[in-house]
Amino acid sequence: MHKSKKQSTHLPLFILVGVVLFILSNFIEELRVSQGTTIAVYVIAISSIILLTGYSGQVSLGHGALMAIGAYAAAVLRLEFNLPIILCFVAAVLAAAIGGLLLGMAAARLSGPYLAGTTLALAIGLPSLANQFPILGGEQGREFKVGPPDFEPEVVAAAEPLTFFGNVLSILDKLQTTLATGAWPGASPMSTYKWWFWIAALAALISMWTVRNILNSAYGRSWRAGRGNEVAAQLAGINTARSKVLAFTISAGIAGLAGALLAMSIGTVSPSAFPLALSFSLLTGAVLAGITTLGGVIIGSVILVAIPEIADVVAHRLGSSESVTTNLPGLIVSGLLILTVLFVPNGPVEQHRARKAKHEAAHSSTKK
Amino acid sequence: MQLLNTLLIGITAGSIYSLMAIAFVLVWRSTRVVNFAQAGMALLSTYFGYEAVSRLGSFWIALPVAMIGGAIFAALVELILMRLLVKHASSGPIAGVAPIIATLGLLGVIKSVVTMIWGGQDLRIVAPISNNGFTINGETLVFSPLKLLVLVVVMVLLIMLSILFQKTNLGLALRASAHAPEIARLSGVRVDAVRTLGWALAGAAGAVAGLFQTVNGNGNFSPDSIEFSLLLVSGFIAAVIGGLDSLLGAVLGGLFLGISISFVLMYVSSGLFFIAPFVILLIVLFVRPQGIIGVKAGRRA
Amino acid sequence: MSLNVSNLTVHHGAICAVNQVSLAVPTGGLAAIIGSNGAGKTTLLRALSGLNKPTSGVVNWMGQTITAEKPEKLVRMGISHVSEGKSVIPELTVRENLELGAIWRKDGKEMKESLSQVIEIFPRLGERISQRSDSLSGGERQMLAIGRAIMSKPKLLLLDEPSLGLAPLVVEQIFQTIRDLTTQMRLTVVLVEQNAMGALKIADLGIVLNLGKVVAVDHAQALIQDPAVRAAYLGY
Repeated sequence: MHKSKKQSTHLPLFILVGVVLFILSNFIEELRVSQGTTIAVYVIAISSIILLTGYSGQVSLGHGALMAIGAYAAAVLRLEFNLPIILCFVAAVLAAAIGGLLLGMAAARLSGPYLAGTTLALAIGLPSLANQFPILGGEQGREFKVGPPDFEPEVVAAAEPLTFFGNVLSILDKLQTTLATGAWPGASPMSTYKWWFWIAALAALISMWTVRNILNSAYGRSWRAGRGNEVAAQLAGINTARSKVLAFTISAGIAGLAGALLAMSIGTVSPSAFPLALSFSLLTGAVLAGITTLGGVIIGSVILVAIPEIADVVAHRLGSSESVTTNLPGLIVSGLLILTVLFVPNGPVEQHRARKAKHEAAHSSTKK
Repeated sequence: MQLLNTLLIGITAGSIYSLMAIAFVLVWRSTRVVNFAQAGMALLSTYFGYEAVSRLGSFWIALPVAMIGGAIFAALVELILMRLLVKHASSGPIAGVAPIIATLGLLGVIKSVVTMIWGGQDLRIVAPISNNGFTINGETLVFSPLKLLVLVVVMVLLIMLSILFQKTNLGLALRASAHAPEIARLSGVRVDAVRTLGWALAGAAGAVAGLFQTVNGNGNFSPDSIEFSLLLVSGFIAAVIGGLDSLLGAVLGGLFLGISISFVLMYVSSGLFFIAPFVILLIVLFVRPQGIIGVKAGRRA
Repeated sequence: MSLNVSNLTVHHGAICAVNQVSLAVPTGGLAAIIGSNGAGKTTLLRALSGLNKPTSGVVNWMGQTITAEKPEKLVRMGISHVSEGKSVIPELTVRENLELGAIWRKDGKEMKESLSQVIEIFPRLGERISQRSDSLSGGERQMLAIGRAIMSKPKLLLLDEPSLGLAPLVVEQIFQTIRDLTTQMRLTVVLVEQNAMGALKIADLGIVLNLGKVVAVDHAQALIQDPAVRAAYLGY
C-alpha cells in the first residue's frame, strides 16, 4: 500500500482540477478571474518557498527578488526580441534558477538568521539595479501588453524573424491562437484576463505537480533528512551542501516562473512590483499554508488574495478613516503571521492531520 | 580632500550602523534571535522622538524620550511575543524559522499601525545644528557640525555601553546570561529579567539610530522611507561582519560597512546604494565567514 | 535533618529519570550519591537546585518546602549548585566568574571578603585572577566552579561530578578540598559522583541510585564494606 502511494503521481487529479478551473473561468466575473490569476501566481511562488523552507530548511526573504529576475528576463526577451510567451517563461525560469544557484552557493554556507538576513539584503538591493541598466526601464519600469493573439494583432504582426527560427515562432503563435479561440460554448466572451488566468492556472498546476513529485523523489527525501539533522544526513552519505544548492536552484526557478507570470499578466515590469513586502507575503502564505504541506499553498494563496477584500469590508463597516483602511490588510497579514507561528506553528493542514492521527491512534489502541 | 570627505561621511554613517548592529547583537546575545523588527522599532521610536520635538521643541529632550520609548516597547515585545514563542514554537520543522517569521510579522504590524496613527506622508525632524559643511581653506566639506555631533554622541553612547558591560554588576549579569544562561541562573541571576533588559537596551540603541539616520539624511521620514530598510539591512550586515556575538565587533562592523559603502558610492557609482551592502556582505561571508571578531561556532550553529 | 526529600519523581519527556526518591541529609553532613551512568544522579541534583521540574514529591530545606522553586531564588536561600563539567564561563575572567557567584548579594564589602576567602582556599585562582578562565587547566576550572559557588555564601552545596575528566592526583586534591570545606564552613553537601570510591571515602552518608531508584542508603564507610556495592560500583 505504501509503495503504490509513493509511485502515484496524482496526474489525473491535477488534470481534473485543470478542467474544472477552465470551465469555471468561463462563468464567473472578470474581477474574480483576475484574482484567480493572482492566486495562481501565489500558488507557484509559495510552492517554491515550501520546497525551500519546509523541506530543505533554508529561509529566504529574497524570493521577491528572484521573481523580479524572472519577470525582467521575460519582459526584456519579449520586448527586445519578441519571443513567444512560452520561451519567455522558459528563459525566466532559467534566469532565476541561475540567480538561485549563485545565491544557493552562498546560502549553503549559512544557516537560519544569517541566510535570512542575506536574502533580505538581496530583496532590498536587487530591484534597485533596474536603475543601472536602461534596458530595464529604471524606476517606472517597462510596459508591454501581452494578450491572446486575436486581441493583440500588432504584437503578432511585429513578430517576423527569418528562417527556421521564424517558423518555430509561427507554429507557437498558432498554438496560442487555437488556445485563445477555443472558448467554451455559451461562455463569457474571450478576454485578456481569462486568457491569462488559463495560462497562470496551467502553470500553477504544472509547477505544483512538479514540486510534489520532486518532494517525493530521492532528492526530496534527502532534503528532509538534511533538515532534520545535517550531521546524521552527512553520515548517511548525503552531500548536504550540494542538495541545499540544488533545492535553492529549483526553488528559484519556480519563483522566476511566478515572477514572469505576474509581470506579463499585468503587462508591466518595474522595481515597485517586487517590494520587500512581496517577499514577506510569500513567507506569510507559506506559513499559513503550513510550511511543510504543499497542499496548503492553495489555502495560503487564497487567504493572501482575500485579505485585502475582507479588510476593505471590515474597514468600511467600522467607518474607519482612509489611513486605517489602506493599512488594515498589512496589519491583518502581519498579525496573522505572528498568530500562526505562535498557535498553529505547523499550519492548519498539518495540525488537523496530527490531531486526526492522534485520534486514530487513541481509537485503535482502545480497540485492542 | 575628497578622500577625507568620503572617509568622514563613511565614519558618520557607519557609526549609526554600529548602533543598529549593537541592537542586533544585544538581542541575539540575550535570546538567540535575530530581530528583523529592529528597524520597525527604530521607526516607532523615531515617531516618539518626533512627538517629543513637536511638543517640547527640543531635539535634546526628544532623544532620551525616543530612547526610553524604544526601550519600553522592546521590553514589552520580549515579555509578550518572545516568551510566547519559546512556549509554543520551539519544536518541529518550524522551530528554526519561527523567530524569523515572528519578528518579520512584528515588523509588518509596527509599520501598519504606525501608518494608521501618523499617516504615510513625510514628517520632519529638524536637526539641532547645521548640516552645512565645514569650510577649510575656502573649500567646503560635506562633513558638517551635525555629522560631527552624530559621531560624538554615538561614541559617547558606545563608551557608556562598554562601561555598563565591563564595569558593572548588571553588565556582568548580561554577559553571563548571554554566554551561559544556566550558570548565570545558578549564580542567582534572574536571566529572564536580564533578557528583557537586553531587549530594552537594544530598543534604546535602535531609537538613537533611527533619529540620527533621519537627521543625518534630509530630516524627513515616513513609514516607507527607504532609510529604515537600509538601517535594517546595514545594521544586520554590520552585526554579521562583527560576528553577531560581539559588541566590539558590531562597532567595527558598522564602521567598516559605512566606510566601504561611502567609498563605493564615491568612486564606483552612486546608483549602487542598495546593492552595495549586499555585495559587501557576500564578500565578507566568503572571505571571513567567522566575522571580524570570530566566533568559533561559526554561522552554521 | 536540614535537607529532606520525599518521593521525588522527575520525568524527561516520557522517561522517568528519578523515581520516588526519598533521602535526608543532616546539617553539616556530606552525602555522596553514587550509581552508574544514567542512574538519574544528575537529574536528581538538578531537581534539588530547581533546574529540573519534578513531576511529584516534596523537597524540604531547613523546614521550608522548596519543590519547583527557581534556581535564582534557591541561591538566595543558601543553595548552590555546581553543575556537571567544570561549570565556568570561559568568556569571563577568573575574577568575573567569582564575582558572578556573589552578584545577587547587595553589599560590596561582604563580597570582597568572600573573594579573599576563596583565594585563600584556592591560591591558584588568586594567581590567575585577571586571566580569561578558558586559559585555566581542568583542575583549576573545577576549583573556580566551586569557588564561584562559595562566593554565594551557601549553606547547601550541590556538586555534580567534580572529578570528571581530571587527573587522579587532582581528583584526590579536589575531594580533600570538598571534605575540608564541609567541615570548616559547616556546609551541608550533596555530592554526585561516578568515582564511587573517592566520593564514599570523604562522605558521611552514601546513597546508591540505580535506574532512578534508591537501592541502598547507609553510612559511607559501611557502603564501602558492603560486598554488593563493592561488586557493582567499586570494582573489586
